[in-house]
Amino acid sequence: MEQGRIVKVAGPLVVAEGLVTSRMYDLVRVGKDGLMGEIIEMRGDRASIQVYEETEGLGPGDPVEATGAPLSVELGPGMLEAVYDGVQRPLDALERMTGAFLTRGVTAPGLDREKQWEFVPTAKAGDRVEAGDIIGTVQENKVVEHRIMVPPGVSGTIATLAAGTYTVTDPVGSLTADDGTKTDLLMMQTWPVRVARPYTRKLSASEPMTTGTRVIDTFFPLVMGGVACIPGPFGAGKTVTQHQIAKWSNAEVVIFIGCGERGNEMTDVLMEFPELVDPYSGEPLMKRTVLVANTSNMPVAAREASVYTGITMAEYFRDMGYNVVLQADSTSRWAEAMREISGRLEEMPGDEGFPAYLGTKLAAFYERAGKVECLGGGGGGGAVASSAADDAFGADGLASRVGGDSSDSASAATQAPVSTSASVAARIGSVSVVGSVSPPGGDLSEPVVQNTLRVVKVFWALQDQLAFQRHFPAIDWLTSYSLYLDKVTPFWNEAVSAGFRGRRDQCMAILQRENELAEIVRLVGLEALSAEEQILMETAKSIREDFLQQNAFREDDQFSSLVEQDLLLKTILLFHEKAIQSHDKGMALKDIFAAPVRERVTRAKYLTGEAAAVAAEFASIASDIETQLVGGGTDDGAYAARAGGEQ
Amino acid sequence: MREYMTTRDIVGPLLLIESVVDVTYGELVELEYPDGTRSLGNVLEVNGDVALVQAFEGTRGANPSQTKAKFLGRSLELGVSRDMLGRVFDGLGRPNDDGPEIIADKRLSIQGSPINPTARDFPDDFIQTGVSAIDGLNPLVRGQKLPIFSGSGLPHNELAAQIARQAAVLARSAKADVVGDKLEGEFAVVFAAMGITFEDADFFTQEFRTTSAIERAVLFLNLADDPAVERIATPRMALTAAEYLAYECDMHVLVILTDMTYYCEALREVSAARKEVPGRRGYPGYLYTDLASLYERAGRVKGRAGSITQVPILSMPDDDKTHPIPDLTGYITEGQIILDRNLHRRGIYPPVAVLPSLSRLKQKGIGAGKTREDHADLSNQLFGSYARGLQAKELAVILGEAALSDDDKAFVAFADAFEDRFIRQGKHEERSVAETLALGWELAALLPRSELKRIKDEYVEKYLPTGTDA
Repeated sequence: MEQGRIVKVAGPLVVAEGLVTSRMYDLVRVGKDGLMGEIIEMRGDRASIQVYEETEGLGPGDPVEATGAPLSVELGPGMLEAVYDGVQRPLDALERMTGAFLTRGVTAPGLDREKQWEFVPTAKAGDRVEAGDIIGTVQENKVVEHRIMVPPGVSGTIATLAAGTYTVTDPVGSLTADDGTKTDLLMMQTWPVRVARPYTRKLSASEPMTTGTRVIDTFFPLVMGGVACIPGPFGAGKTVTQHQIAKWSNAEVVIFIGCGERGNEMTDVLMEFPELVDPYSGEPLMKRTVLVANTSNMPVAAREASVYTGITMAEYFRDMGYNVVLQADSTSRWAEAMREISGRLEEMPGDEGFPAYLGTKLAAFYERAGKVECLGGGGGGGAVASSAADDAFGADGLASRVGGDSSDSASAATQAPVSTSASVAARIGSVSVVGSVSPPGGDLSEPVVQNTLRVVKVFWALQDQLAFQRHFPAIDWLTSYSLYLDKVTPFWNEAVSAGFRGRRDQCMAILQRENELAEIVRLVGLEALSAEEQILMETAKSIREDFLQQNAFREDDQFSSLVEQDLLLKTILLFHEKAIQSHDKGMALKDIFAAPVRERVTRAKYLTGEAAAVAAEFASIASDIETQLVGGGTDDGAYAARAGGEQ
Repeated sequence: MREYMTTRDIVGPLLLIESVVDVTYGELVELEYPDGTRSLGNVLEVNGDVALVQAFEGTRGANPSQTKAKFLGRSLELGVSRDMLGRVFDGLGRPNDDGPEIIADKRLSIQGSPINPTARDFPDDFIQTGVSAIDGLNPLVRGQKLPIFSGSGLPHNELAAQIARQAAVLARSAKADVVGDKLEGEFAVVFAAMGITFEDADFFTQEFRTTSAIERAVLFLNLADDPAVERIATPRMALTAAEYLAYECDMHVLVILTDMTYYCEALREVSAARKEVPGRRGYPGYLYTDLASLYERAGRVKGRAGSITQVPILSMPDDDKTHPIPDLTGYITEGQIILDRNLHRRGIYPPVAVLPSLSRLKQKGIGAGKTREDHADLSNQLFGSYARGLQAKELAVILGEAALSDDDKAFVAFADAFEDRFIRQGKHEERSVAETLALGWELAALLPRSELKRIKDEYVEKYLPTGTDA
């Protein structure tokens, strides 16, 4: 490989000459220590290189070695439970090599070369396979089955494939391409981080991602494959909210990128995730998590790369047919890293010193999210299915493969989704991205927030004012939004209850009305409002305190199922309805608000456990509301039954 | 040793030196000006045979033709040793008292190396500062970085000194409802002054002397009339000393950095002289990264007994929390203690604005075994009730007290009592956490019992003083 020489060093930016055949975004090794760097600008034979490690001690004349390959990540068994830095160096391996402090020039492969994995083939010799087809599985841990796929750009007929115990660099078999060349099949593949991994087609996402956080699930839902943004001034609980999503979301794989954030926060994740039990599998949460930790004091160029490293890993799991949620905390630090590098390149700045291409880069990153039909055959058994089709249609190479495919999709469309046809149907995976932004001074008009809002569909506006009142999660219900609301409604109707969306909207309207009335109350006092408005104010308060507020650190409150959320809304609205009726029948407001059942409503959010028991408890609260308020015995019994029984 | 007399340009604190060979980024430079003045500097950028050097001690007396620059082939280092305890140094780590030179145990680059995130141990040992406003609501833990956001004329120095004087760690308690005893341990204070006045620095030295804390303190002083660019090195000197004491000598080190605002201004000065594209308010775009390289040096490391806890002090220009310095600081540190001018005017010391203050690590540092089981709930309750009390007070200003509901009146009374009894305390008054909690419960008793929603019932039963239930 060609070698160049350093001519200039300015912080994380190094300029080298003599790199003639290298290309933009190629990885290079800088200096005698072989520090990792990436070419980001080329002028004549001079290349500007952003270096992923501290550059102190580098000087003109030091060598720069080209590698001829772009910055890539290794994808294969061993990623889960790992902690990487921004360029996929395993931090635990580095700790074993150099101790507690990160030293320069030390590197280790992203995937452990020694570790043995049990490979179970799902395809067999003679099968015709395309890029993305699953050829086997590795039970990486109790939670996640790692599906070994044919890498993008590769196809042919499997020559050999054998079960057994392998390391990621051992061939598990081989493939004969159409032109007769043979390639080894490995469990590992590499992919350049700045290029999105291919898929068959993008799909519209409509299934909600449940997080157990009421204000998110009910009021501002995210979908599997959606994109959301959490801005927040510091201290508003942004990080806690992100951790909650990582812990409780129903995505199968979580990629958590600590991008330029606090070291202790990563430590918190590192210590907590192995302890926390994933509510879906009963296993430690860490088993479905990959961490990318590039804390604020680690080199700034690696921070720039960390989001790409993370999303490439997310896409890889998506390609297996999993729902992946990627959390980037914080994209502002990523943008600042871009700004810093751009400044060193002496580029003409855009807003507030950020590079002019900030918006383009942000949009391109978020666009890598989405629900897709993956390359290759169906869920878990693509190769098997296509080989079956080959058998049925005669083994005639490509033509039969195409025929087999079309008949597969036709049968999937016509048959009921029973197991066999489901496995033949397209494999669907998704990457959802939750990016946090840290606007300076909480100013949402700054460039990173504005450019992010142009692309995301969900906005969870954290507010420090709410945090001061210890209203957590401090998501402002008036300024937040979700554009996925209509998309998830059909799912809600089916999985929760037909009235859920209506109740959600009614509560939203009450909160909005409260906001309007609050101004009047501030000026002339609560007494100036009509009785009905006073009841509304109480209900709004109840929605805020008994529904929206949720304690992430309290075991009986940190997770609410959608059904529980609906029951809670029903209960609050039932009280509202009965309060108005009671007042109409002459009951004093004071007595209504002093009804003992209100205490039970307040504590209803802490109800957890057996679904039936919880439902019964809600029914009992509902009947208390009926009896304690003068609602009359008309239709209330029916409502109590509904509140408990309907699902 | 390579010595050059080839300076071309001198701009502010920067020198551009030509025809240099084998110069590396970050290299230490010894400068000698024609009038005999000497200054240390380091290489900010090297382009071919041209080096850009920042002079820590300024460029007064320098000229292009006669300035000598000697490149030392190493980066700026600090010779560290246990003997540093009890000593005073200047902003570049040279002894500034009457004592002898330090015989270095080792020489460490002041840049330090980032702690590998996997090697960090999570800070979860409660530090009892003896200040209720901190211990009760925004507790400090070992290995945390918790800045004091202050303003001109506010008593941040007194508060920092009080914390340094009183800070102690509690023994783990076997019982959930009993607070552990104070532990004695190897404890040190590293104090870095950047651009503060002689009087402020003198306050701290006197404070350390009178309490004989000086014996376990290391002081680095760059005062207001010392060279501004030297301030860029001062906190790194202090943190290098702290790392040595913490990780090699197993001490628990409290680092006080004051005043971060002047540090940032020195950075801005250098950045402006380099004609870099500025970020907000003229501060360089890399201010966040630069600050992180200081603050992130707080922490604990697995397998090492010592720890570094940081209390940086910064004065917010015009008390503006959104100014880039407090803003970026807040994003890196684990919370902030904010001082409030209104409380100060009303004679309340320490004037801690409880509501916007925050300790992000408190959840891990309090509770059964660490302090007491009811700590978190009580803290939330006091916080929420105080917030509501202040709201009600605002309402009362507009509508008059009479317009308040009975509940609101109770909250107003609570807020007043809270400020007067809980926040206010003497500059030399040390309250144990048990006393702080007891005080909190006394105040909680001023509220209607049904309003104590944030506390688990069993704790209310157990701890609420009886006979006062409204």
